[in-house]
Amino acid sequence: MDVVVEAVIKIVIVFGVVLTCLAYLALFERKILGWIQLRYGPNRVGPWGLLQPLADLLKFLFKEDVRPATPNPILFSVAPILSLVPALMTYAVIPFGDRIELFGREITLYITSVNVGLLYLFALSGLGVYGIVLAGWASNSKYSLLGGLRSAAQLISYELTLTLSVIGVLIQAGSLDLIAIVRAQSGTYFGLIPKWHIFWYQPLGFLLFFIAAVAETNRVPFDLPEAETELVAGYHTEYSATKFAMFYVAEYANILAVSALATTLFLGGWNGPGVERLPLLGVFYFAMKTAVFLFIYIWLRATLPRFRYDQLMRFGWKVLLPLAFANIVFSAAMATTA
Amino acid sequence: MERALFLIFALTAIVAAFNILLRRHPLHSALALLVVLGALTGLYILLGAYFLAMMQVVIYAGAVLVLFLFVIMLLNIRAEEARLERRPFFRWLAVPFALLLGAETFYLVRTFEENPSPSGTSIGVTEAVGRELFTTYLLPFEVTSIVLLIAILGAVVLARRG
Repeated sequence: MDVVVEAVIKIVIVFGVVLTCLAYLALFERKILGWIQLRYGPNRVGPWGLLQPLADLLKFLFKEDVRPATPNPILFSVAPILSLVPALMTYAVIPFGDRIELFGREITLYITSVNVGLLYLFALSGLGVYGIVLAGWASNSKYSLLGGLRSAAQLISYELTLTLSVIGVLIQAGSLDLIAIVRAQSGTYFGLIPKWHIFWYQPLGFLLFFIAAVAETNRVPFDLPEAETELVAGYHTEYSATKFAMFYVAEYANILAVSALATTLFLGGWNGPGVERLPLLGVFYFAMKTAVFLFIYIWLRATLPRFRYDQLMRFGWKVLLPLAFANIVFSAAMATTA
Repeated sequence: MERALFLIFALTAIVAAFNILLRRHPLHSALALLVVLGALTGLYILLGAYFLAMMQVVIYAGAVLVLFLFVIMLLNIRAEEARLERRPFFRWLAVPFALLLGAETFYLVRTFEENPSPSGTSIGVTEAVGRELFTTYLLPFEVTSIVLLIAILGAVVLARRG
């Protein structure tokens, strides 16, 4: 019974924190975009625009829910849910920190540890595409359908690279369990360089993972599924109010999850100086490393133009995929000689 | 608990499987197939075959079925327009296959009690699957990879021609 209570408390905390982070991620993005483009960004609601997420939330909830004339009203309503649920389910296995002593109990700073944690995450990322594809189809609109089709093609193409880029890390850590992968990255080389996978023979894997992750989350420069100049907004053109908000939250949830995963796999997760004595510090390190990725995401959006569709496909299949295979061969060779 | 979960997953799988056959629109059938895959994943997890369960989702739900949807949407196939009526031969083909399936089911039900439940063993864990795949079943594994390679080459040749 205690185990169940503990799990429920942890789930509530993680979801509360994650959803708040997602709301403020939108503000963070707008502020940084403003900063890069020499504007102020949102600054009317609350000091420094800090209450903007709340205002946005209320707006989304009270707007009229416009439905297009579609032969599939049920699919139209289910699609945003199919998009949001896998995005939020990823946080069940992400290790935010090691374990702490609390009320005389040992409490782990992650919801659960799964033997096949990484595969679980890839399975969820594969399911995320259904929301987008079905939204595109059920909207009964040309723009939405094109957005959904583009998204399906793009996600299948880049998922290969995403999965293959991680195999190097798996060879090095020898486990699919995310906690074991983080533990494999503790300590330093020569007392100076941290033993993170990004430094020691997975820099190429990291680069491939990050590029594929940006493509998987449909972000600039891979945001063809929602290219506003040609497709209006792609798969969510016909959505409004709460349903649109669900797509919006799902996109940010995916970005945060992928950033957290990149931190776990390549940047040593919760590892950092002083974590052995004060495990709560690990959560702080984890958040800081994840924030770096979030910043890079927004930086990319403010800087890069969008790919053309043929360029996107050529880049994915002819550049990233062969490099990912080369990285696996290289990692296996290093592992057998070491 | 385990039994209740088994019943839920099994019933979902059966109902969804009937839906695949009975739905007129190919997209609805594809979605019913997705539900079947999800229910099977649940059953695999109940059996302790975590690796198999996850691979099932990654490969079938995450890639193969998305391709199905992609093709259905791209060709914009409407609800099936009584296409089977033109080929009565296929209808008659169903009879021997139904008999075969019935015989197999009968055999399985008869021999079921003798099979020990694989629950609690480590058959489905990643390490065990990997070890078996690269020792005991190395030949079938390599043959499969060559078959896949040939399929890839065939796809490239066909794409070039068009």
